[in-house]
Amino acid sequence: MYKKSVRRRRAVLAVLVGLSIALLTAYFGESASGGLHAIQRGFLEAMAPLQEGASRALKPARDLTGWVGDAFDAKSENKDLKNEVERLRSELAAAQTGTRDDEQLRALVGFNRSPTFPDGYDHVGARVIGRSPTVWYSTITIDKGSDQGVHAEQPVVNGDGLVGKVSDVSSDAARVTLITDHTSGVSAQVVPDGANGLVKATVGNPSDLILDFVQKGRSVNKGATVVTSGWRAARIESLFPRGIPIGSVTRVDSQERELYQRVHLRPYADLRQLDIVEVLTTASGGRTNAQVGP
Amino acid sequence: MTASFTGVLRIAALVLLTVVLEIAVVTQITIFGANVDLLVLVTLSVGLLGGPIAGAVVGFSIGLVADMALVQTLGVTSLLLTGVGYLGGRYRELRDATHKLVPVLGGFVAALCFSACFAVIQFLLGVDSTVSWLVARDALVGAILTALFAPPVFAVVRWVLRPDLIEEMRPRRRPITNLRLSP
Repeated sequence: MYKKSVRRRRAVLAVLVGLSIALLTAYFGESASGGLHAIQRGFLEAMAPLQEGASRALKPARDLTGWVGDAFDAKSENKDLKNEVERLRSELAAAQTGTRDDEQLRALVGFNRSPTFPDGYDHVGARVIGRSPTVWYSTITIDKGSDQGVHAEQPVVNGDGLVGKVSDVSSDAARVTLITDHTSGVSAQVVPDGANGLVKATVGNPSDLILDFVQKGRSVNKGATVVTSGWRAARIESLFPRGIPIGSVTRVDSQERELYQRVHLRPYADLRQLDIVEVLTTASGGRTNAQVGP
Repeated sequence: MTASFTGVLRIAALVLLTVVLEIAVVTQITIFGANVDLLVLVTLSVGLLGGPIAGAVVGFSIGLVADMALVQTLGVTSLLLTGVGYLGGRYRELRDATHKLVPVLGGFVAALCFSACFAVIQFLLGVDSTVSWLVARDALVGAILTALFAPPVFAVVRWVLRPDLIEEMRPRRRPITNLRLSP
C-alpha cells in the first residue's frame, strides 16, 4: 500500500514536470503566430474582464494601502481626532484616486497637444488592468484591444514619455511590453547633442535604462534628454515615431577598451506606477505588413 | 487526500482567483519595490494541507494559468510551482506541519527559492540586457513580505479547502486504552 502510494506520488510529479518542460520547449521553439501563442491570446481575452473587474473593484483597497504606506511615519498627537481620521481615510483614498487619475489624464492631454506628439498618429487611452509579478517580464495588461484599434507593435506612452509597445492583442485587451523588459530595444537619440544609440533595460532596476552603442567621442551631457530617433530606411522603419521623450541622462560609462560608450538614463515615465496609458495608433492600423525595427 | 467534486470545483476557483488577484491587485501594491508572491503562498499552503500530489497539481495549474494570462513563456512558472507544492506536501508527510511558524518559514524559503530558480531559468533561456543586483534585493524583500503574509493566506486556503483537506491536519489523538466503568 505504501509503495503504491509512493509510486503514484512520483508518477504524478514526473508527469507534471514532464508536461512543464514539454510546454516550455514547445513554446520557446515556436513563432509568435504558433498554436500555443494563439491559445494564450485567447486566454488573455477570456481573463481580461475578470482582471478588469478585480482591478476596478479593489482599486480603493490598493489606494488605501498606498495611503497607509505614505502615512506610516506620521504621528497623530490628538486622540480625539482619531475617529475623524478613520472616517476621512476612506474619503481621502477615493479623492487621491481621483486626483491621481486626473493628473495622469491631464498629462496625457498635454502630451497629445504638445509639439512632440507624432504626426500621422491617433491615440487610444487605456487603463492598466494587470501587471507581471516578476522582474523578468516587465509587462502590463491594458483594457483596450483590437476592437478599439489597438494592434501589435504600436507604441505606448503616458503623459511623461515612452512606456513600451503593444506585444499581444486580443479583442478587448492587450499586453504591453515595457521599455524596462529585457527583450525591449528602442532606437534613440540624445538631444541636442545628437548621439544615437539603442535604449535597453537593466533587469531589476526600472529607474535605470542604458543607451548602448553610442559612438565613442560623441559628447553626451548629464541631464540631456533622450528621445526616440524614429529612423526610416528604404524598406524598414522604426516602430517608434521620432521625438517621444524617453528619459534624461544620469551618467556616462566610457571604458577605453570598448568601442562604444554606455549612457545611463532615468526614464521620465514612472513605470512602476502606471494606471493610465495611451496607445499611438495609425489610420492604417498595425504595421504588420512593413518590416520594423527597434 | 481525496477531493470530492465540489472540492475540485473549490480548488479550481481558488486557482483562478489566486491568479486574478495576483495579476490585477497584488502586483500593483509594492512595498520597498517588491510585492507578496501569492502564487507561491497558495501553492505552498495547498501542499502543506493536502500533501504532495495536491500541492504539485495545484502548483502546476496555478503556474499554467498565470503563464497563460500573462502571455509569458509557458511552462516556467508551472515547473517551479509544481516543485513548491510537491516539496510542501513532502514536508507535511515527513515533519510536523501543524506548527504555526511552518507557513511563515516555508513561505520565506519557497519565495526565495522560486525567485532564484526563476532567475536561473531566465538566464538559461537567454537575457538580452544587463541584470541589476537589485534583482537580489527585490527577491529578498519579496520573500520577507511573502513570509509576513503567509499566516492569513494559509488560513484562507485552509478555510476554503476545509471539507476535503482539513481532516488530515488535525493533531492525531492517542487511542484511549484504559477505559474503566465507574462503580
